[in-house]
Amino acid sequence: MALLELNGIAKHFGAIEALKGVDLTLKTGEVVGLMGDNGAGKSTLVKIIAGNFPPTEGEIRMSGDVKHFHKPVDARAEGIEVVYQDLALCNNLTAAANVFLGREVKRGVGPFRVLDYGAMYARAAELFRELKSETRPRDLVKQMSGGQRQAVAIARTRLSDAKIVLMDEPTAAISVRQVAEVLDLIRRLKDRGIAVVLISHRMPDVFAVSDRVIVMRRGSKVADKAISQTSPEEVTGLITGAIRTA
Amino acid sequence: MSSQSTASHAAIEEVTHLRERSFLQRMLTRQPFWVTVAVLVIVGAMTLYQPTAFASADNFFNITRNFAFIGIMALGMTAVILTGGIDLSVGSTMGLVGVVCGLVLQAGQHWAIAIAAALLAGAATGAVNGILIAYVGLPSFVVTLGMLSIARSLAIVLSQNKIIYQLGPWGDAFDAIGGGDIFGIANPVWLLIIMALVFGYVFNFTAWGRYLFAIGGNENAARLTGVPVKRIKLQAYIVSAMTAAIASVMIVGWQGSAINALGTGYELRVIASTVIGGASLIGGEGGAFGAVVGAALIELIRNSLLMAGVDSNWQGTFVGLFICLAVLLQRIRHRPSE
Repeated sequence: MALLELNGIAKHFGAIEALKGVDLTLKTGEVVGLMGDNGAGKSTLVKIIAGNFPPTEGEIRMSGDVKHFHKPVDARAEGIEVVYQDLALCNNLTAAANVFLGREVKRGVGPFRVLDYGAMYARAAELFRELKSETRPRDLVKQMSGGQRQAVAIARTRLSDAKIVLMDEPTAAISVRQVAEVLDLIRRLKDRGIAVVLISHRMPDVFAVSDRVIVMRRGSKVADKAISQTSPEEVTGLITGAIRTA
Repeated sequence: MSSQSTASHAAIEEVTHLRERSFLQRMLTRQPFWVTVAVLVIVGAMTLYQPTAFASADNFFNITRNFAFIGIMALGMTAVILTGGIDLSVGSTMGLVGVVCGLVLQAGQHWAIAIAAALLAGAATGAVNGILIAYVGLPSFVVTLGMLSIARSLAIVLSQNKIIYQLGPWGDAFDAIGGGDIFGIANPVWLLIIMALVFGYVFNFTAWGRYLFAIGGNENAARLTGVPVKRIKLQAYIVSAMTAAIASVMIVGWQGSAINALGTGYELRVIASTVIGGASLIGGEGGAFGAVVGAALIELIRNSLLMAGVDSNWQGTFVGLFICLAVLLQRIRHRPSE
């Protein structure tokens, strides 16, 4: 049974049809590249999965059960985590503080519940080790490289028992060396049986880590193929519309 | 290619080394530390220069009491400034709360009722600010500027533009709270010490304090990660107004009368204290100790100029210079990390 199943998802914003009957399935531990030109509907689709807004039509199923997400917290409760394009990090806080933001570990009772710095530093260090990142829990985010910042945002998704991680353009604005780091982080998630949806404009990155590639054009899914059965040329053609469907 | 990648690697390591600093190095980059040094230097210099007038118990008592009121308000202001907001209404809130206190006492009520009414009035002003800023989404500068005008006007209306000096049967007991001292230290100073410890604890060890920093650092990130941004912001403005109310209760007790002009212009001294103490008006940076030591420095400058026989009209110039210096110091401290 598919971990996530979208059936006939459509989304209208007034007269604009952002999505038209999109079907999609996602299996455990699968990395899917989601590609398409600007305005193709990638972000809308991801926002529906993440619970930012409900679809106009269609249903979302997780392990076979129909789910209704009204806000991001609902999706998070079902094990769907998002790594936002701007990473949603606070530069003035430490790596550990960012990982636990909104989900702080506390000790003590009643009004005297205080932040458990020790536990959070230890758990954050463990997560960074697991992701094989050099990031240190006590470092301030503003002093970090792009790759380390990605590691912080990804470590956040590992706090809970996430089943699906949606990543929005994780390699868009970082250096070549850091891109390699981020792709490694994605492989780590896959190794742990987490399904990853990678939204990207960068063909090499998608082909480096994905098992499957989905191409969107003008609100419809125009291709859904295993990486081994397609090529960057074909995908480019699908994105631009030079090739209609595949 | 390979030499380039080693170069970038070295650059990262350099930054890494910057972070692994000793306790002393960390202290040297903290603004409150330098402000404390400035306070000690001025105290030392003035003690040598005016051993009898400056370094007397009386003068110490006066200086500490004078900055206690500003310091208490600066603690609340820090909560607001940490979120990236500002509260321009604290001076007027102080005036309004003072009049409310005076009227309740004048009506023959118990001093505890007067204090309760004061805190309630403070909380109400803060709640109005907070709701308009956090829930309606108006800019804090404009909302609190409006409240600056409203609260002052209400103070004048309620007091019928008269000084309230007949504080009823409980007046003496009320005056003893703000005007008294314990072990030779004025009560407002004790209160400041206790409140500074409480705020320091809250800012550093509670999730609420952590959220203030997070909102100031990246409000959108805080919202996306599930921080109750609106509620925390509302609470910050209530806290700020309540510290103004507490300071007002102490100052009315000390002066033994309530005037509607109480606290006029205090908002700027309070904001100056937090900024001198290292708070960033962009948000996400600041602390309880900094707010208190910033308030201390301003009062110390005022007092020292007075003692040195400088025309009191120059005070504003010197305080202004220190504000600019503080911001300059912040800029210099931030340079290496950018």
